Amino acid sequence: MDVVKLQKQLVDYRASLYHEAFLDEQFTQLQELQDENNPDFVVEVVSLFFEDSERLLNELAKALEQQSIDFKRVDAHVHQLKGSSSSIGAQRVQKVCITFRNYCEEQNVEGCLKCLQQVKHEYSLVKTKLETMFKILAAGGSIPM
Amino acid sequence: MVLGKGASSSLSRKMVDGAEDMVSNCNDFTVLVVDDDPVIRKLHDMHLKKFGLSAQVVENGKTAVDLCHFGATFNLILMDKEMPIMDGVEATKELRAMGVNSLIVGVTSRDSQYETQAFMEAGLDFCFEKPLTADKISFILQELNKKN
Repeated sequence: MDVVKLQKQLVDYRASLYHEAFLDEQFTQLQELQDENNPDFVVEVVSLFFEDSERLLNELAKALEQQSIDFKRVDAHVHQLKGSSSSIGAQRVQKVCITFRNYCEEQNVEGCLKCLQQVKHEYSLVKTKLETMFKILAAGGSIPM
Repeated sequence: MVLGKGASSSLSRKMVDGAEDMVSNCNDFTVLVVDDDPVIRKLHDMHLKKFGLSAQVVENGKTAVDLCHFGATFNLILMDKEMPIMDGVEATKELRAMGVNSLIVGVTSRDSQYETQAFMEAGLDFCFEKPLTADKISFILQELNKKN
């Protein structure tokens, strides 16, 4: 395996994620926290984000299926999703959450359902992108960030 | 009740739910992270590790209040605002009412100024937007140093 090629691939791929606003500088902060004592930190935090988000998305779907929707509950879940997505730099997910919260405040069911679809979509996009990036990393071994 | 700051004994105290609270000799400060989001908890914990601090982490305001009620003391408490069971505002009020003297720093998302004000009035020393960054932590530690 040509390490130099892989390195370039990683650098380019990562740059594209920033460029397309999938990630923002918060992700850079994550990378800066990783070191030799904590070599898997980024993967760990991102995996935690995946688990947590999937749980929240399930809860959201359930809450919005109810006959009488508890908007406070929906809002609480979206708030959490917004918080965790912003903390790893998943900008697009975070942005949808902001709109989502507005619809919750207005108790707008249709708006909420639309946002749920959108947030699911953005989440699955960023998840795929990050997983791809980790694969490139894994293939090339421990390439310094 | 001991409200000592910068306590530096290596005593190990058993907490109510079995969690051990070690006040270590090597660390300067004891820190409590209160947040319902596991991603944020891990992130803040790592930020603090970088400064040589190890934090206890709890999920909501009530657990934080209980810990302090049973005698745990902390130099610094990082308090999230929106949490289930007991939120940051309520928890801060209770801690201050208990006489807790720790530096309490609120951590909020980009919400209204009114909410931040209410949070500050509950007894915070500072309030920051989440997530915390290296700069903000550095600032907080400077304040901690001044206080102790």
